[in-house]
Amino acid sequence: MTTSTTGPFLELKGIQKRFGGVTALRGVHLDLNRGEVVALVGDNGAGKSTLIKTIAGALRADAGEFYVDGRRVALGSPQAATELGIATVYQDLALCENLDVVANLFLGGELGQRPLFGPLRRLRESQMERRARETLTELGANIPNIRRPVAGLSGGQRQAIAVGRALLWGSKLVILDEPTAALGVKQTGQVLELVRVLADRGQAVLFISHSLPDVFAVADRIVVLRLGANAGTFVPSETSANQIVAAMTGGSTLAGAA
Amino acid sequence: MSLVTRERLGNSGEDAAEDIEDRPFRRMLREALGVDLGPVPVIVGLIAVWIFFQTQNSNFLTSRNLSNLILQMAVVTVLAMATVVVMVAGEIDLSLGSVTGVTSALLGVLLTNHHWSVWLALAATFAVASGIGLLQGAVTVLVGVPSFIVTLGGFLAWAGLQLSLIGSAGDLPVNNSTVVAISNSYLSHPVGWVLAAAVVAAAAGVEILRGRDRRLAGTSGSFPWLAVVRVLTVATAAFGLVAVLNNNFGVPYVLLVFGGVALALGWVMQRTIFGRHIYAIGGNREASRRAGVPVSAIRITVLGISGLLAGLAGVISTSNLYGTSAGVGGGILLLEAIAAAVIGGTSLFGGRGRIYQAVLGALIVASVENGLALLGKAASTEDMATGVILVLAVSLDAFNRRRRAATGQ
Repeated sequence: MTTSTTGPFLELKGIQKRFGGVTALRGVHLDLNRGEVVALVGDNGAGKSTLIKTIAGALRADAGEFYVDGRRVALGSPQAATELGIATVYQDLALCENLDVVANLFLGGELGQRPLFGPLRRLRESQMERRARETLTELGANIPNIRRPVAGLSGGQRQAIAVGRALLWGSKLVILDEPTAALGVKQTGQVLELVRVLADRGQAVLFISHSLPDVFAVADRIVVLRLGANAGTFVPSETSANQIVAAMTGGSTLAGAA
Repeated sequence: MSLVTRERLGNSGEDAAEDIEDRPFRRMLREALGVDLGPVPVIVGLIAVWIFFQTQNSNFLTSRNLSNLILQMAVVTVLAMATVVVMVAGEIDLSLGSVTGVTSALLGVLLTNHHWSVWLALAATFAVASGIGLLQGAVTVLVGVPSFIVTLGGFLAWAGLQLSLIGSAGDLPVNNSTVVAISNSYLSHPVGWVLAAAVVAAAAGVEILRGRDRRLAGTSGSFPWLAVVRVLTVATAAFGLVAVLNNNFGVPYVLLVFGGVALALGWVMQRTIFGRHIYAIGGNREASRRAGVPVSAIRITVLGISGLLAGLAGVISTSNLYGTSAGVGGGILLLEAIAAAVIGGTSLFGGRGRIYQAVLGALIVASVENGLALLGKAASTEDMATGVILVLAVSLDAFNRRRRAATGQ
């Protein structure tokens, strides 16, 4: 684990979210440090997805506070999150199948140039292509032709593109939503390696997973949610899978809750 | 076959894709099967149509008839381009014909009944046309009604407005020389040649710019043979076309109009950030939204562009007819435009389509119409032929898509 001198990158205090009569989050706390992989686990309906959506700006929290580097910030739109250096890789990867690898990597942040202005700027294709290649190399991704539509790529390659997006934006926090859910054994290994590469580069990583072996393989800290509230924080080396399961299902409340 | 099913399962599909990467022969086979043929199938289809009509009537491939063909295809081409822009974004505009009609009527009323100056009348016409498009876009996006329904409503409403504008006479003459010139005047022969040279120079300029871009980014490879081939193709097409047209009256103004619009739109779609976002929205709207693409603004703008182009089609129609009538923009014009875009290779499901495809598709539709008219066939035959060609073209596309899916493209 890389240490950071400036305290947590992102701190969440008392986040609440309701959907009509259903309370999805009832005051969740979370802090994420640079260079650290935090795994967020919980049973279905524990509020994992809702929580990451409020961080990513896809949902607006009803109550609670967000602090980035100790400074209070408002999160509520994808743009706001992006500007703060928060990137989210959703389970469905959110790629445009009809566009090529380069276009997907730069989607929403295309490099433009003269002669016109604003959205009519000319695409700097060659420059984007070069940076795309650099980024994918950095991630150790093997994609032979980055000018092919994404439609023909494998699950692991797609995951690499989605994570590559986060790297390109110079994000400080990468949220990965069930990145290994649809992958085979070999590809899962590659993705877990990808997660480690990110943390070793000094990024904060929030990793949502159902798979406890994956969580134990890669996480520095495990945060358990249950029924929309914190149900404990664990260090993998000092914890057994049974303890995590107990926390997820409410079997008992062991080690120190956050 | 087994590959297709495995791809669909997702889980094991990725392993299949990896296997292929490890085997050079299978990769080569995959690339040979899945290579994007670009405009080749459409051009082959066009040549087949031309050969058929030429064998039936030797007047078909004369410079006079080809010149006529350019005039006849103008309106459908402009509307087909609008259809491409809208369909790539994953929307549809069924009001194109009616907006063509209502803008033609408006132009006629302003010029003939109210004696507006021509530029003011044209400005007002284009403003109303894009206003209609933006209005439909705003209802689609802000209210959340599918564009299919909004523009279906528009299809009826604007046609009604067209009738009430024109009045009981049913038509209205327009004598303004500027408007009439669009479809009825020609560039002098030398100017035509200069134009061809300018087009070729511009094409070469674009390639040089692109080459410099690549060098600066350090991605340049060997000698750019493909660029040379592209410029030579443009040169052959431009000089060939001007040679044919100069053999008759010359290059019609209307070719400048829709050719210029095609180049500008093609550039916007392929080379600008805005264009890239249109494709992205058509490919995956939710992903685009999450990536920070201004989805709502772009969807509204796209329907606005569609309205603007329908306005241009209205102006050209007015010029064609030396006036306007209740019939402008009606009949199967809308369906011809959509057919042209789809024949050219534009996907009905968004995210795929090019402006040049609209031009080629419109050329096929107009050629069939023109050819059957030369043979003295009734409009009913034309409609049947166009219908058959449409289904044929989309069937080919479906076949192509399945093959691409099977080869992992």
